[in-house]
Amino acid sequence: MSTIRARDLAKTYRISEKQPGLAGTLRHLVNRRHREVVAVDRISFTIEPGEIVGFLGPNGAGKTTTLKMLTGLIHPSAGELEVAGYQPWRRQAAFLRQITLVMGNRQQLIWDLPALDSLRVNAAVYGIDEPEARRRIGELAEMLELGPELQRPLRKLSLGQRMKTELLAALLHRPAVLFLDEPTLGLDVNAQARVRDFLADYNRRTGATVLLTSHDMGDITALCPRVLLIHQGQLFHDGSLAALTQRLAPCRQVRLELEHLHPAEAFAGFGTLEAHQGHQVRLLVPRAQLTERVAALLERFAVVDLEVSDPPIEELIGGLFRQRAAAAAAGAEP
Amino acid sequence: MRRAWRVARALLGSQYALMLEYRAEIALWALSGVLPLIMLGVWSGSGAGAAAGLTPQQLSHYFLAAFVVRQFTVVWLIHVFEEDALQGRLSPLLLQPLSPLWRYLASHFSEQATRVPFVVLMLVVVGLAAPGVLWWPSAGALLLGALAILAAFLLRFLLQVIVTTLCFWSERAAALDRLLLIPYLFLSGLVAPLDTFPPAVRRLALATPFPWMVDFPARLLAGEPVNAALGFGAIAAWCLVLLPMAHLLWRAGLRRYSAMGA
Repeated sequence: MSTIRARDLAKTYRISEKQPGLAGTLRHLVNRRHREVVAVDRISFTIEPGEIVGFLGPNGAGKTTTLKMLTGLIHPSAGELEVAGYQPWRRQAAFLRQITLVMGNRQQLIWDLPALDSLRVNAAVYGIDEPEARRRIGELAEMLELGPELQRPLRKLSLGQRMKTELLAALLHRPAVLFLDEPTLGLDVNAQARVRDFLADYNRRTGATVLLTSHDMGDITALCPRVLLIHQGQLFHDGSLAALTQRLAPCRQVRLELEHLHPAEAFAGFGTLEAHQGHQVRLLVPRAQLTERVAALLERFAVVDLEVSDPPIEELIGGLFRQRAAAAAAGAEP
Repeated sequence: MRRAWRVARALLGSQYALMLEYRAEIALWALSGVLPLIMLGVWSGSGAGAAAGLTPQQLSHYFLAAFVVRQFTVVWLIHVFEEDALQGRLSPLLLQPLSPLWRYLASHFSEQATRVPFVVLMLVVVGLAAPGVLWWPSAGALLLGALAILAAFLLRFLLQVIVTTLCFWSERAAALDRLLLIPYLFLSGLVAPLDTFPPAVRRLALATPFPWMVDFPARLLAGEPVNAALGFGAIAAWCLVLLPMAHLLWRAGLRRYSAMGA
């Protein structure tokens, strides 16, 4: 049975609109205008137990609204939703014991107290007896490389230490489903790597299902074999990251360092010339012809170094959404 | 039951530790609750107490008791809840299998415990400034008064839960709480003992929950003859009316919650 099952899930917000200035304020006071905003537009997907799935999309795409529906914080406007066998919006205690939500920009721990005080409360709330709570805190602290930090007031910790203590608190009750919203936001490279390693390790040890949103593609490529890409509330892609790359970029990037200088025309027929600077050349080559073109390049030129790679995924996604926005704007013009 | 006790102990322990961090602010809050002491000065100087049939001793006992009652029945739920909802701090609390209201209740009890030494200090200052005005209540009055203060606090808390649920509909519901402040000030007995009200106003006041929040516990603590069963019964009856209302509004409010800021 799937851990998460969403069918035609939708959320529409009703927001009031106000024109600027005094006249707009007075009009807003006596004749309030509302507009319906579709934040999530009938998306369907399932996530199996133990999967780590990345949830991608630009700001305002509907990622956080979807997470709020999946955790039961807000009610869907339409559609069916089941998480761990429960309808989240009912917010039953048995459901809440199975999930956790970590938000990179929010904290659940008490700011002015050491994390251990908050952890003690969490243990009591989730019905974990004291010896077991101590054991779990020790185990998670070891995995997260936390020690005396747990005894210092939260406000005295660095951002990375705070994020790790938040993770510890969120996982103390051993949730079966983890919702992570930008868990590495603002962390330095080392702290990001430690959090990623921890999440992968936690998933391996416990078999927990993880749905992760992040603007940092490093998180997604390191953790998520599968990604959901959402744009303007609609699901654009559900599959592997490689398939997404293939879909967005039918070409691969070939970088060459050549022994001799050649004019740009010399590369005609090998692919699209992206950059040509001295001995350095960058070409985009269709995936289907990659092998034969690379072989031809090696035969034709004296190559010092060669590298084949995918264009950066964030650039591809950004480019796709820019194209779509431009197309929509062009379509809207009279 | 054991789990509930453990949760209560953990919540009270952490919230008390938190309140101790804010002890200076709580001292200022305690200082700001001196209205009954000001009213004592006003009533003592005007001679209006005698006109209302109250001896100077009855007046001073009443207002000092009202001061203590006021100190331990302050409810600030709506302000902290509104801020938490707007700042997105409410969402993590709603994701735990325990209503956030229990946390807020524990915060209030912890704040009251932190307030105790400041209230004692203020009473000592009053005693030094006006020798003979302090008295030691009988054990019975002390016990019944303490119970009545607790009941009055719970009634105020419940009433504010109802107003607080309006935060789910309005982003600035705390302003609505001010609407309750006027009837609370004038009908609770904070500015004048209920016995001094004209009969019609007194009857009207007794039909509201407000006199049971100050006048009733203050009179018990002051050792005046009071129908304790009637007072506790009235508080219980109001709680029975307000509890289902609070429950329904809370559930309806959660359906509207948009988890802003989170």
